Amino acid sequence: MRIVRRFCGSSVGKKVIMAVTGMSLAGFVLVHVLGNTAIYFGAESFNSYAAHLHELDPLLKVFEVVLLLLFVVHVSFGVSLFIRNRFARPQRYAVSQSSGGRTLGSVTMFYTGLIILAFIAYHLWSVSFSSRPFMTSIADLIRAHLQSPYVAGLYMVSVSAMALHLSHGLWSLWQSLGGSHPAYDTLLRRGALALAVLVGCVFVSFPILAQVWDGFLR
Amino acid sequence: MSSAITIDLILKIWRQQNIHARGALQTYTLNDISTDMSFLEMLDVLNDQLVLAGYDPVAFDHDCREGICGMCGAVVNGQPHGPETETTLCQLHMRHFKTGDTLVIEPFRARAFKLVKDLVVDRSAFDTIIQAGGYVSVNTGGAQDANSLPVSQKNAEEAMDAAACIGCGACVAACPNAAAMLFVSGKISQFALLPQGHPERRERALNMVKAMDEEGFGNCTNERECEVSCPKGLSIRNIARLNREFLKAAISLP
Repeated sequence: MRIVRRFCGSSVGKKVIMAVTGMSLAGFVLVHVLGNTAIYFGAESFNSYAAHLHELDPLLKVFEVVLLLLFVVHVSFGVSLFIRNRFARPQRYAVSQSSGGRTLGSVTMFYTGLIILAFIAYHLWSVSFSSRPFMTSIADLIRAHLQSPYVAGLYMVSVSAMALHLSHGLWSLWQSLGGSHPAYDTLLRRGALALAVLVGCVFVSFPILAQVWDGFLR
Repeated sequence: MSSAITIDLILKIWRQQNIHARGALQTYTLNDISTDMSFLEMLDVLNDQLVLAGYDPVAFDHDCREGICGMCGAVVNGQPHGPETETTLCQLHMRHFKTGDTLVIEPFRARAFKLVKDLVVDRSAFDTIIQAGGYVSVNTGGAQDANSLPVSQKNAEEAMDAAACIGCGACVAACPNAAAMLFVSGKISQFALLPQGHPERRERALNMVKAMDEEGFGNCTNERECEVSCPKGLSIRNIARLNREFLKAAISLP
């Protein structure tokens, strides 16, 4: 218990917790995006993917609980760190100018986090736990959603925010966990950016396809 | 000798009598500044003029004026120690500025660095962190045999790089979260890499991080602003090492 308190109470421990939960959540996003690529192959293959996923039901429930826990910890520690960091500099600078360390992803980390939080709430309400009419397949539901220009726009903004969040997080987590080496650092940073852009592009492609292509999920 | 090049500047300097008084940026025009001057010499010229005119001079910290003591420092146009890389304010020369430039000069800002006057801040929070673990205990007595404590070339170099920290506080000033991680990581690294630092290794990591948090510094979010602002070029590799040292110490039983 003393070890837990010592760990969670310190700034470095909090960062490690952010890194571990962030890594797990990023892992989920990667699996999620891979699964969603079934959309490219039409309604039948996407419905079959969803059905197969639900065959794992007891396991799926455990997975959902773990995911929720990770998410709650990541968000609550993130918010508490943000507040503490604001508190650490009561008087702002009149002129603020980056010396070249910050990136768009790192500057917007907290705000993209908030967008993702709001989006996940919407996503769970509209897709995951929606009470869809009997006989409506998941593919029909997604198609109906993404064909609305508002939903498609919202979706694109949210997944772009997530890609931005990942562009900093996927590199930052290694640094927080103590892994840093000059030989790999540039590779790691570029790799994180590339992976974030790739994930973002795949997610963004779905609403775009739904808007421009009649055969989307048919 | 060729005639010196001179420039005219507009300075906006943070003036604040003490921590309880209200501060504000005050504008001064300063003409005929030689580009061979250092930034602090430029401030000396301003202060001469202020004193002659019967005003209070601008208070700023300085000591060695050769970039090794860590005493000077202010934020110039949003960048600690000004726009040049790996340069302290005293080693920043006026040739890096153009005539007509406006320079906004502010003190290092952090809750842990209490303002004393104008550009002077109290950085004794760093001393508190050092007292918490930035030392090695060495038994007195006869000198040790030469080479009885072997140190690899790599470790010696990396420890020396970490020990280059002059404790100026630019990392805190540059950090969007006013975190002191680069400073603390430098001090922890220089000992963690050498055998002399090993007996107190665990306590050092725990106590220095604890002291850092208690002093009110922020948390590292890996923005890397400290690394690019550090006048001694300390790398955030040291912060990764601090994280490792802390992790190892925190999860081991007391």
